[in-house]
Amino acid sequence: MKKIYPNAAAALDGLLFDGMLIASGGFGLSGIPELLIAAIRDAGTKDLTIASNNAGVDGFGLGQLLATRQVKKMISSYVGENAEFMRQYLSGELELEFNPQGTLAERMRAGGAGIPGFYTATGVGTVIAEGKEHHDFNGKTYILETGLVSDLAIVKAWKADPSGNLVFRKTARNFNPPAATSGKVCVAEVEEIVPLGSLDPDTIHLPGIYVHRIIQGQHEKRIENRTTRKKDL
Amino acid sequence: MAWDRNQMAERAGRELQDGWYVNLGIGIPTLVANYIPEGVNVTLQSENGMLGMGPFPFEGEEDADLINAGKQTITELPQTAYFDSAQSFAMIRGGKIAMAILGAMEVAENGDLANWMIPGKLVKGMGGAMDLVAGVGRVVVVMDHTSKHGESKVLKACTLPLTGKGVVNRIISNLGVLDVVPGGLKIVEVAEGVTEAELRAATEGTIVD
Repeated sequence: MKKIYPNAAAALDGLLFDGMLIASGGFGLSGIPELLIAAIRDAGTKDLTIASNNAGVDGFGLGQLLATRQVKKMISSYVGENAEFMRQYLSGELELEFNPQGTLAERMRAGGAGIPGFYTATGVGTVIAEGKEHHDFNGKTYILETGLVSDLAIVKAWKADPSGNLVFRKTARNFNPPAATSGKVCVAEVEEIVPLGSLDPDTIHLPGIYVHRIIQGQHEKRIENRTTRKKDL
Repeated sequence: MAWDRNQMAERAGRELQDGWYVNLGIGIPTLVANYIPEGVNVTLQSENGMLGMGPFPFEGEEDADLINAGKQTITELPQTAYFDSAQSFAMIRGGKIAMAILGAMEVAENGDLANWMIPGKLVKGMGGAMDLVAGVGRVVVVMDHTSKHGESKVLKACTLPLTGKGVVNRIISNLGVLDVVPGGLKIVEVAEGVTEAELRAATEGTIVD
């Protein structure tokens, strides 16, 4: 089966439907599947629930899907830096489910690993714990969180081989592997598709079993918060 | 005269022990990286997926693929390791991180911490703070002791929604250092130029001797 597609629109063909749950990789604007997000915008798919640590910024990343009102609900840990998000949320147009960052990552990992729920101490005694099952283990209280299985996972990697094996680069890995595994289907966009056999099997970050379609493309890779130091002269 | 931001960060730096893996929050806690004592080797974790966080890059060397949890461009060190977010929080939740140094809006005498939301104001989210306070070995909070209006932020009970219940071990404020102990707060140290009476007066929470 051929996994390589010519572009983002082709790679998403037949996978999108209104009301679907999409898991997206990325942290801030680092490692976001920017080409696939733009293609979902162009496809006009509506009433999306998107599980993503962040919601992009105005006009870039997931911010583009907010601008077009394609998102019904976000499942995120941090949604600052996005005025349109706040406007829609405060006016009641957009639902928001806050998940602690590690809980969100583990929900994706667990969902992809066939684990329907897990107990965590994160959020005990806070609003996050309200309505959730509590259970004590060895004298400490934990809450039950559920695994998250997405209809579609969209991720960004550095390199792929034609079998779908992925390698990420530095902190752009972030939520991409757990998001990918959570998907019933996963589409990956990469900076470079390399020939079969050119990736060292010992250095594969995400095995191709989790990746169903791949595209190669040009990425803007915008920097959200540029911080530098001066060279000592 | 109370401690300023840098003096608070310097005091927090003295909490670090050789060999520790540590997570620093956004704001004053980030400054603690500048005050790691001589001879103390700590590895900084950034919860977006990195151990061994280095300083900001030189101008022109910024890399969009290399940021910290505050989305700032950073650099790597010889001991750096990268991993995904699930692995990152596995080490946090699993108690492998010795200490987190975080900011706070309010802390209560029982160690309750509120640092993520003010009802009615813009809510940005808790990020990784709830996971950190629930998982790491020791939680040190660095904060101003009082609000702009002079009201104590070291309280009998938090008024804001909690980040974690009974999670704070030590408070380092502009006025001094307090530990959370059974029954209340214990004064560990008073900042230079501050009297113990001033520290007590600025603290609403119960101080035990």
